[in-house]
Amino acid sequence: MSHEIMREEEPQELHPMDRWLRSERMPHMWCAGCGIGPTLYAWARALDSVGIRKDKVVYVSGIGCCGRGSGYLDVDGFHTTHGRAIPFAVGIKLVKPELCVNVISGDGDLFSIGGNHFIHACRRNVDLLVICTNNFIYGMTGGQLAATTPLGDFSTTTPYGNVERPFNTPHLAAASGAVYVARWTSIHTRMLERSIAEALKMKGFRYIEVLSPCPVNYGRRNKLREVDDIAKWFLQSSVIRNGADTSEVQIERGKPLILGNFIKREKKLSYYEQLKKLEDRVRKASEAKK
Amino acid sequence: MGKTVLTGKHFWYGDIAIAEGAIAAGCQFFGAYPITPASEIAEHISKRFPQIGGIFVQFEDELAAMAAILGASWAGVKSMTATSGPGLSLMMENLGLGIMMEVPTVVVDIQRGGPSTGLPTLTAQGDVMQARWGSHGHYEIIALSPDSPQEAFDLTIRCFNLAEKYRVPVILLASETVGHSAGKVVVPPEDEIELIDRKKPTVPPEEYLPYKPDEDLIPPMASAGEGYAICTTGLTHDEKGYPDTGPEAQETLVRRLSDKIRIHLEEIVEVEEENMEDAKIAVVSYGQVSRPAKQAVRMAREEGIKAGSIKLITVWPFAENIIRKWAKQVEVFIVPELNYGQIYLQVKREAAGDSETVSLPRMGGRLITPQEIYQEIKVSGK
Repeated sequence: MSHEIMREEEPQELHPMDRWLRSERMPHMWCAGCGIGPTLYAWARALDSVGIRKDKVVYVSGIGCCGRGSGYLDVDGFHTTHGRAIPFAVGIKLVKPELCVNVISGDGDLFSIGGNHFIHACRRNVDLLVICTNNFIYGMTGGQLAATTPLGDFSTTTPYGNVERPFNTPHLAAASGAVYVARWTSIHTRMLERSIAEALKMKGFRYIEVLSPCPVNYGRRNKLREVDDIAKWFLQSSVIRNGADTSEVQIERGKPLILGNFIKREKKLSYYEQLKKLEDRVRKASEAKK
Repeated sequence: MGKTVLTGKHFWYGDIAIAEGAIAAGCQFFGAYPITPASEIAEHISKRFPQIGGIFVQFEDELAAMAAILGASWAGVKSMTATSGPGLSLMMENLGLGIMMEVPTVVVDIQRGGPSTGLPTLTAQGDVMQARWGSHGHYEIIALSPDSPQEAFDLTIRCFNLAEKYRVPVILLASETVGHSAGKVVVPPEDEIELIDRKKPTVPPEEYLPYKPDEDLIPPMASAGEGYAICTTGLTHDEKGYPDTGPEAQETLVRRLSDKIRIHLEEIVEVEEENMEDAKIAVVSYGQVSRPAKQAVRMAREEGIKAGSIKLITVWPFAENIIRKWAKQVEVFIVPELNYGQIYLQVKREAAGDSETVSLPRMGGRLITPQEIYQEIKVSGK
């Protein structure tokens, strides 16, 4: 009861970012120490800094902890099926190219069950900003092995340690044709915000990986149990190397975490622009016939 | 810009008639993935859409195609995909999302023999129950089944109208025989084609509740980018679209999703009856089997047998009231179909206590002949 009394006495002050939130849905469901909140904070600040109107922002998410984010932000939010956030977003973007369409989802959603959609949307250069909160684990379901779990790490389905090599997701994005590729952590909020803002100003398929602490379901089994253990790991092991060769940014425990804005390719037509160019060509050919 | 509605008389394959029906209905987004015997629909749309400003995308798989047509519909246009059994299996995931989010869209299934890869190039009607119950959870579905290229054209338009009106994915349950047979298709003048568009919100964004239904149990639908800050999810949700995973929210939502179809059965369910006035034997059929079925009934009538035909144009929701009504008069229902008895069980359930029901199953691969059905009428009539 005491906290309720405290609340009544508190001044009703709004945080500057509150206008992006569905405040009536607070408190959110994420655990203490989780990196999803700071990532969304950086995203909302980037949207503000670029000056994108709220009613032009679309947030599509898949399934998992991060999937819930689309229901907390006061924008058009679509919480879809597991792995299918990208193709769902492709449908929205191609019909309404004037909207700022964002896919923010987890590593399991985007790179395991949704891996195929990721590489194909990259290949087509669909005009989307895809942000992956990579926490190295399936958090929502209780801490099972992910396609991003570092070698040797423990999960509820690798009780003897992981023997699978994880995806190097920036390299995958780069090889598949993304025009913008970056990696930050949810601790590096200012750099992350600037990176998101830079990506928001571009067209085409843009990808940002955000390493994100999950103390409860990843850290607990990997000697990173305390709320700030993973944050400390990120801060102490990270090396910022803008423009790094993405083949050299694989994440391995005990080695430096390479962060930075890795790739920026300009002047590549987006998928929608290609379709419209094709339409023009077809129309001109048909008019010439007449 | 090219012509959208190709008014006039044509000689079209069923697959082409479906593609043109979609265009005539105002479809502007097609999510494709190649599969026999439905690929011709995608091929035709890929040729036509750049002429008329539609968006055609051949996706990486059917999972993506189905997800994308939901997204496109949320962005405010009519959307569609076309597939066959193996693809329909994959689409079941996001068909369920379409039901839960209440998204108007159309899914065409050109049925071929199954299970699994089955008979890719030959006909069947094995997906009837998959169309009904293929996605998990409890829901109602609308599925229409055409028997010819002309009906494929007409029913494709009706599928779009039903999808828009009831905010549901609607299935056009065609088959290889319909998709790959050519016939005359008359396309009416554009202004004679009746089209229905989804209800839009009539209140300002701050008062809009995306899942608050009107009296007809259907909520008005805002599109992305219109300022309504839509909140939608595949999770059980309340009228705001916010996740509510308690039993009360589940009870309210799942009942409404089914009831919005159930209370409109009379508008949705369409059958075609022939020679039923004094019939003692009724052949209940759907899709391409309706053509030999009607022929068999005519042959029986020439022999003085009191046979009649009930063709289900709407396969789902099932025409339960119509079967119950005729069960009072008819002594035997015969159900010929290209599976091992799927609609047979539905008819039997409704007719139980009043009349007998006989299954005339063929596993597919070839069409059942009028003679085979006629023989069954003669045997059952004794």
